[in-house]
Amino acid sequence: MASLIGYYSLITGLLCSFLIIFFSLNNFNRSDILNKKIVYFTFLQFFLVVVSFFGLILSFVFSDFTNSTVFNHSHTTKPLFYKISGTWGNHEGSLLLWLLVLTLFIFLFLLESKRQPIKYRLLTLLFQQIIIVGFFVFIIKTSNPFSYIFPAPKEGLGLNPILQDPALAIHPPILYLGYVGSSIIFSSALAATTLNYVSKEWAKHVKQWVLVSWIFLTLGILLGSIWAYYELGWGGFWFWDPVENVSLMPWLALTTLLHCILVLEKRLILTSWAIILSIATFTLSMSGTFLVRSGILNSVHTFANDPERGLFILIFLFSLIFLSIFIFLFFHKNENKSKNSFFWFSKETAILINNWFMMYFLSVILIGTIYPIFLEVLSSEKISVGPPFYNKLILPFLIPFLLAMAIGPKLNWIKSDLKNKANLFLFLIISLLLSIFIIRNLSINFLVNTILVTSALYLFFLTLRDFLIMKIKNLSQNLSHFGFSLLILSILFNNIFSSEIITNLKIGESFQSKQFTINFKSVDQKNERNFKAIIGKFEIENNDGTVEVLKPELRIYNQPNIVTSEADIKTNLIRDIFITMNLVQNQEYFNIRYQIKPFMIWIWFSVLIISFGGLISIFKRKHEH
Amino acid sequence: MYGRKVKLRLVFISLILVTLILSVYLIIKSLEENVVYFQSPTEIKALGEINNKKIRVGGMVKKNSILVESKDIKFVITDFKNEIIVIYSGAVPNLFSEGKGVVAEGFLNDRKLLLATKILAKHDENYMPPEVKEALEGK
Repeated sequence: MASLIGYYSLITGLLCSFLIIFFSLNNFNRSDILNKKIVYFTFLQFFLVVVSFFGLILSFVFSDFTNSTVFNHSHTTKPLFYKISGTWGNHEGSLLLWLLVLTLFIFLFLLESKRQPIKYRLLTLLFQQIIIVGFFVFIIKTSNPFSYIFPAPKEGLGLNPILQDPALAIHPPILYLGYVGSSIIFSSALAATTLNYVSKEWAKHVKQWVLVSWIFLTLGILLGSIWAYYELGWGGFWFWDPVENVSLMPWLALTTLLHCILVLEKRLILTSWAIILSIATFTLSMSGTFLVRSGILNSVHTFANDPERGLFILIFLFSLIFLSIFIFLFFHKNENKSKNSFFWFSKETAILINNWFMMYFLSVILIGTIYPIFLEVLSSEKISVGPPFYNKLILPFLIPFLLAMAIGPKLNWIKSDLKNKANLFLFLIISLLLSIFIIRNLSINFLVNTILVTSALYLFFLTLRDFLIMKIKNLSQNLSHFGFSLLILSILFNNIFSSEIITNLKIGESFQSKQFTINFKSVDQKNERNFKAIIGKFEIENNDGTVEVLKPELRIYNQPNIVTSEADIKTNLIRDIFITMNLVQNQEYFNIRYQIKPFMIWIWFSVLIISFGGLISIFKRKHEH
Repeated sequence: MYGRKVKLRLVFISLILVTLILSVYLIIKSLEENVVYFQSPTEIKALGEINNKKIRVGGMVKKNSILVESKDIKFVITDFKNEIIVIYSGAVPNLFSEGKGVVAEGFLNDRKLLLATKILAKHDENYMPPEVKEALEGK
């Protein structure tokens, strides 16, 4: 029943699109007032998608196995929370979530843009409707979440247990708000280009949308990363897996756009650049969806390998790209260029330099992600590109990037020179000495690491100083840059000072190292509703006499029949200790992995600080109005 | 005044070009150095010479071949035509078991022995790396 309602509201939602397009075209040349019907129908469309989405959630909650999506991804013994989150834990449901966010954002856009020119609002709506219609057709034609099975199976196939996790339950909605949120930026940039409205007012207006998507994308990536850290059992937070890369690429483009929009807003330069970035951000989000959904990349995100789906997204993606290139080339006029030149030593230059570096990082990741795919298609040779590639190409260039980030905000627009040179230089020396002191014992890559830590510390101190002497020109910027320095520092220290022990132990045995002894005390069994748990008990005796007890688990899920290991992690401000165990079939030995990871919590915390900076920026703007 | 502007623009454009060329060169060069090739036991047997580059070997874990000791784990990867012995000390993924697909990453000692540095995790039991599937189906 719920499925049926869901399906019909989906179809009706598509019909709304045509009405909206019709009314908008009608309204476009006739009147100076926005036809109220357009807003109503946009709301109706959003409402219908919500109904459809709730229809799917209800089918999951009541385990309606006549619905094939529910049958394939749910099970009666699954806890209610994961029944609900299972709604978007699969291909069909997650696309419905895409659509939900698409329609939500265009509705909010119409409400929020009342002060903007009416033609610009209508055109943005039209471009957004093109995307929305595309996704409606995609869902109804190739990935209908409401397809019917007869006769109804008694039991579902269950959800992959590693997806049954609180962080991963909210990761997709948050990530999508950022990912799909960039569609508004795309539509609005195309509309502004067509109408020649790329101006300071436009920049001011679109900046809020950039900030909103940016904050959600940042948080979404953070959640995914935290989940990978404790659930996948490797103890890392970023694997340079293609699936992670496709979320980092739009983030880089969006961050670049955010800075570029600032320049546009203040100085009305870099207009073409801002448009290209707006288009690129959404294109990258779409390509990410294509790569992940088409089955080309294999990962936990690959729900189904259906070539028809991949082909559809690919064709749709290319039509959007051609449309935007066409609009950009034919409508974009680059006027008043000569009026706004700037001196090489200025805030503009600093932002431009950072823009370039971010584009460089983006291209490195792009090539590393798609090169293996091309190579396989062309020569059927199979390769994988791992962390060394990225580390080598990205880490050295972080140095000038961080320094420009530290100095840039201190400069003035147009032409500047540095005040307090001695002061700035002093901080650089302090950072250098401190970093040499911190990593004096490191034997490998001493030089690169020292300089990296120095530049990160430099940014850290400069932003910190601005907080302390309360001379902050721009609180949100300072906070986000501070967060970024903290992030880089934590990642560096985490990389440099992590240590790990991997060993095979029988129950009762212990492993001794210089700093600690691991005692494998015992194993317990526990039966839960949808899994059986084997719980190990480990005592870690440190040389300073402290003892920590850790209890990692092995879980054997009954439906689907999968074994997962649950790490046990003890966190404090300085370090995490992290243990996982694994049992190899028919063997007495348990495979034990024990890791000491410094500053883990600061990695998560600094990303929160970065996005909090963005939040402040939004509210500051609201306040100014 | 005009001349200066043109000059500036020229400098600007050439700067972009140089940066572009430099970054493309850097990326390609380090791609060559850092990619890991995937091979099946049969392909390894046919290998001309053994270099010390990292490779990935995929296939099935042979039945009754896993042996766990306190320091390391030994097992045999087979593609049902040829096999290779793997010695590995490190963490094993959950779904590592006999008769299931596996990908081991590491360095070849000789054509019959791989010193693995990593065994790749799979996310569900029905999933098989496409490379393994292809290797097993016999191209």
